[in-house]
Amino acid sequence: MMRQIPFRQALREAMTEEMERDERVFLMGEEVGAYEGAYKVSQGMLERFGERRVVDTPIAETGFAGVGVGAAMVGLRPIIEFMTFNFSLVAFDQLVNNAAKLRLMSGGQFTLPIVFRGPGGAAHQLGAQHSQCTEAFYCHVPGLKVVMPSNPRDAKGLLKSAIRDDNPVIFIESEVLYGAKGEVPEEEYTTPLGRAAIVRPGEDLTIVAWSKMQHLLALALPGLEAEGIDAEVIDPRTLRPLDEETILTSVRKTNHLLIVEEGWPTGGVGAQIAWLVQAKAFDHLDAPIARVTSEDVPMPYAGNLEKAILPSVQKVIAAACRVLGRPA
Amino acid sequence: MDKTLVLGLYRDMLEIRRFEEVAQRCYAEGLVSGFLHLYIGQEGVAVGAISAAEPTDYIVATYRDHGHYLARTHDVRGAMAELFGRATGCSKGRGGSMHLFNAAHRFLGGHAIVGGHVPLAAGVAFASKYRSEKDVTLCFFGDGSANMGAFHEGLCLASLWKLPVVFLCENNLYAMGTPLYKTLAVEDVSTRALGYPMARETVNGDDVLEVREVVRLAVRRAREESLPTLVEAKTYRFRGHSVSDPAKYRSKEELEFWKQRDPISTLASRILDLGMATEAMLKDIDAEVRRDVEDAVTFAKESPPPSVDTLYEYVYADGEGGEG
Repeated sequence: MMRQIPFRQALREAMTEEMERDERVFLMGEEVGAYEGAYKVSQGMLERFGERRVVDTPIAETGFAGVGVGAAMVGLRPIIEFMTFNFSLVAFDQLVNNAAKLRLMSGGQFTLPIVFRGPGGAAHQLGAQHSQCTEAFYCHVPGLKVVMPSNPRDAKGLLKSAIRDDNPVIFIESEVLYGAKGEVPEEEYTTPLGRAAIVRPGEDLTIVAWSKMQHLLALALPGLEAEGIDAEVIDPRTLRPLDEETILTSVRKTNHLLIVEEGWPTGGVGAQIAWLVQAKAFDHLDAPIARVTSEDVPMPYAGNLEKAILPSVQKVIAAACRVLGRPA
Repeated sequence: MDKTLVLGLYRDMLEIRRFEEVAQRCYAEGLVSGFLHLYIGQEGVAVGAISAAEPTDYIVATYRDHGHYLARTHDVRGAMAELFGRATGCSKGRGGSMHLFNAAHRFLGGHAIVGGHVPLAAGVAFASKYRSEKDVTLCFFGDGSANMGAFHEGLCLASLWKLPVVFLCENNLYAMGTPLYKTLAVEDVSTRALGYPMARETVNGDDVLEVREVVRLAVRRAREESLPTLVEAKTYRFRGHSVSDPAKYRSKEELEFWKQRDPISTLASRILDLGMATEAMLKDIDAEVRRDVEDAVTFAKESPPPSVDTLYEYVYADGEGGEG
């Protein structure tokens, strides 16, 4: 039987293996060294690699994100950890104006092999500034790649690919999934960026969801089955570049699409996927595309409000029934 | 004083001056578009500082970057073609005036978000130290950067991690159109160094030899002791913030005062006083530099624009970086 390890260990193995493989790779961020990571992702790495390659920083996201960009420009391969992606907004300029644009502005003279990683999305009642999805911001930007794994196996394989990739990669994890266990092979492997996974084949309805929303779908599946809905579940894994073909092929088969995302509805990644499908598979759609998103408000603290705002099993089942024209 | 060195510095400053004058002319003729920030009046800083570094030391500059680019590369054609938006430009027409790049000469741009390149420069120095290489990074910025968070974070980390970098503030007294006394709570930007802390120097930016000497010591500190320095060069731009700025916020008297300190004519006087060259020889240098710049204009005019078929090039790098 394949071993089961938690998400955080899968990420740690990816970083450790890549740092052993390539001297140019280093990890930098707040609390990554002596504290062993705010979420213990980098546990033991300082001891293994020393202060030169596991670098604790002050609380200065603009500063250390910029240091990463400069180091990448001259050939190192930094992994920059944001304690949460909420804090990446402090360094937005470094990611959007520097990391994403230096290659183009220099006419291809520089490559930016850098990974920015850390958790995104809501956890449990952390308030508005610590409970938001940032993938839509970054997906908007040409020059960046955006990866959002949903399980330990993908997390390890995708992070290894992200570290080896010659482009800036925004790698968004989930705070509430770090302890989630999953099957991860002992032997080395990588998972290519830009390829979706068909998590569950089905005939009636295509459901696209990523990161934590895959876990929500797993909870919703029995309910969907009880409604007699045979859903095909797709995990894009990489949001930019998006594996369009896997989604389109599925929709051409099921003729129905539901997108489940944790982010806000306006300008969300799901809005882009919906546009894509209507543009390239319009004739295959039997019903309007549906989305389940968070409500369009900053996240309040109160537990009942948070619960009401986030996507839920009930919302997913109701939306699936709506797309298929069934009474929920 | 070394005659060859001094005449070389004179020539380098003049190359920038003539380049800028012609760039402005080309802008007026509609041959150059976008923003155009001229370096006229500040030539002593880029030429003095870059001459104090090794050609293998890294340069990171701001959007007012023509002077630094030419001082490092002397690639007059590549710079002019870039302003013209041509495929032969040093950034293949993708950067423009504000984003000149040259990897072979370790010229890392041309950055147009004020202060945003300061931590980036610290990162370049971080890489040198990480690899135990002895290269130094020179990071230029204006007085306007000194109030930006990115500036402070870059200097904080450079000091904390003892990075081999020289931060060079070109204080031309105006952050765009706003005089410094309205925007800066300290008289000298270099006093900011005290808090990080790091070594600091204040230098007359209009004296190319003084800049060279001060930066030479800062570069040595970076190379030999792996320590950063904040150098502030007091200088003045003779033109507006960009070519579209008539600079009405400054008095004629003020401009005249600073023009008396013109780094190029001041050095010319010294050269003549010291008998290092005759006026005729200086005129020959000028004629040669003018020829180079006009040749660059011809080159730029005759160069093709980037092909629209290449629109998607240089957005992503192909493949992976391989084994380390």
